[in-house]
Amino acid sequence: MDLYGELILDHAKHPQHVGLREPFGAEVHHVNPTCGDEVTLRVQVADGVIHDVSYDAQGCSISIAATSVLAEETIGHPVDEALETFLAMRRMLTSKGADAGDPEEIGDGVAFAGVSRYPSRVKCALLGWTAFTDALARTGEDISVVSETAPSRP
Amino acid sequence: MPAFTEKELARIRADFPVLARTVRDGRPLVYLDSGATAQKPWCVLEAEQEYYSTRNAAVHRGAHQLAEEATEAFEAARATVARFIGARPDEVVFTKNGTEAINLVAYAMSNAGAPGAIDGADPEVAARLQLGPGNEIVVTEMEHHANLVPWQELARRTGATLRWIGVTDDGYLEDPATVVGERTKVLAFTQVSNVLGTLNDLAPLVAAARAVGALTLVDACQSVPHLPVDVQALGVDFLAFTGHKVLGPSGIGVLWGRPELLAAMPPFITGGSMIELVHMDRSTYAPPPQRFEAGVPMAAQAVGLATAVEYLTETGMDRVHQHDTELTAYCLEQLAERPWVRVLGPTDPARRVGAVAFTVEGIHPHDVGQVLDDRGIAVRTGHHCAWPLHRRLGVPASTRASFSVYTTRGDIDAFIEALDTVPGVFGLSA
Repeated sequence: MDLYGELILDHAKHPQHVGLREPFGAEVHHVNPTCGDEVTLRVQVADGVIHDVSYDAQGCSISIAATSVLAEETIGHPVDEALETFLAMRRMLTSKGADAGDPEEIGDGVAFAGVSRYPSRVKCALLGWTAFTDALARTGEDISVVSETAPSRP
Repeated sequence: MPAFTEKELARIRADFPVLARTVRDGRPLVYLDSGATAQKPWCVLEAEQEYYSTRNAAVHRGAHQLAEEATEAFEAARATVARFIGARPDEVVFTKNGTEAINLVAYAMSNAGAPGAIDGADPEVAARLQLGPGNEIVVTEMEHHANLVPWQELARRTGATLRWIGVTDDGYLEDPATVVGERTKVLAFTQVSNVLGTLNDLAPLVAAARAVGALTLVDACQSVPHLPVDVQALGVDFLAFTGHKVLGPSGIGVLWGRPELLAAMPPFITGGSMIELVHMDRSTYAPPPQRFEAGVPMAAQAVGLATAVEYLTETGMDRVHQHDTELTAYCLEQLAERPWVRVLGPTDPARRVGAVAFTVEGIHPHDVGQVLDDRGIAVRTGHHCAWPLHRRLGVPASTRASFSVYTTRGDIDAFIEALDTVPGVFGLSA
């Protein structure tokens, strides 16, 4: 089926940047209580740049692959840029198929465009991202842009 | 001979309008999620509509003809539901759902020790409901969260200790005798596991509780839809089930309790309808079941539920049970031929009811469910509100196919055919 494109399956089988690493500025643990998927995620930020995102995740291929892409798209990038990527991802995922995603903005994230047609899977794709923004906030970064533009029903 | 001939089954299916629809680009719906909620026959939908369009009024209030008819319909529904489980009408309390029915008992026990909880209650009976530090609440490791969390909360509020009967690797309960003892005040267990499908033998559980004077509560949410249940024969003190899994509407559940216990129980939710006398500073309460039904009750849902259990009674609960066993056996047989599938729970179909949960090697249940859904097959994925049980079995989650009276072998064939495509989608060989 078309939801599981090669990119998603590749990332799910070979998650990038997986494993919990030191040093880190904050660590969070997020769960999806409806299915029991879990992610422990660490971020290391210095001078407004994300130096590392490391994680240990247990979940479906969508949530694992999304977290893998998240690490790929954010490590080495400034925080504000990473938040823009998150917003673009979320916009696409909550668009019910209307927004195909821009590879310029979200890179491999475009592979998840199909997820937006399955509302029950959107949470899977956002699990890692939500943990990521939470971890950023815990390092003291300003993530207010996330709630300012939050869709009414993510 | 099968429980239903093909013709009979076709007639049953024609009673359930939703089964005629298509999903995911015109594929016929194969509904294998009746363990989560069952579909509704026309007669239930019509009964609710008939109630609203001809007799709707606030039950137990007003002296006008409509109010009388509404009250009569509500109480007649209670009598029908009571008959269905071998009970007397005044022993049957309508609740919002099965979860609320269990909470009602847990909160009554929590409040039973408060001064003046129920004036005039038999002190000996009231004492059975009270608990505190040094007492124990016993559940099992295969409980749905609805029959676990309320007891965790009761333990926290009262200082009692929560203990549990373990589950064996093959999905049966361990011996209750090692856990139930002199300190036990209540033993709560499910009749049928919503994940393993295990049909528990309740006799040893009831005997263990009785030997120490402990109360028993059975979660019958997954048994009442599939097999004949008689509260007297079970010998338990409380039985809870929900309407929407028994082909009835959502928003209604049932608590059955022994009348002497219900009479000694303080209310859980208070307000209108459940009172006897109200002063500004105090009130006295109506006898059961009204004491536990505060506010305007769910009359249309009660009428719908009564119609649903009448539908099942006319179909014949023995045949419903046989049909379920046939489906379970067929499904287990098919899955057993696939070494990449691990079925959770007993392998003997006679010891199972209603559902078959499984895992697929190397593929997360969500992904399994997604591929099935793409072919129009509705199953449940996740921990099915039994997270500790999944932990016990060493799996994060599972995929569950569950059955009802309208389920066919053809549904299982379609499910198996789609399941066979799952490994390929994820680059694994079947």
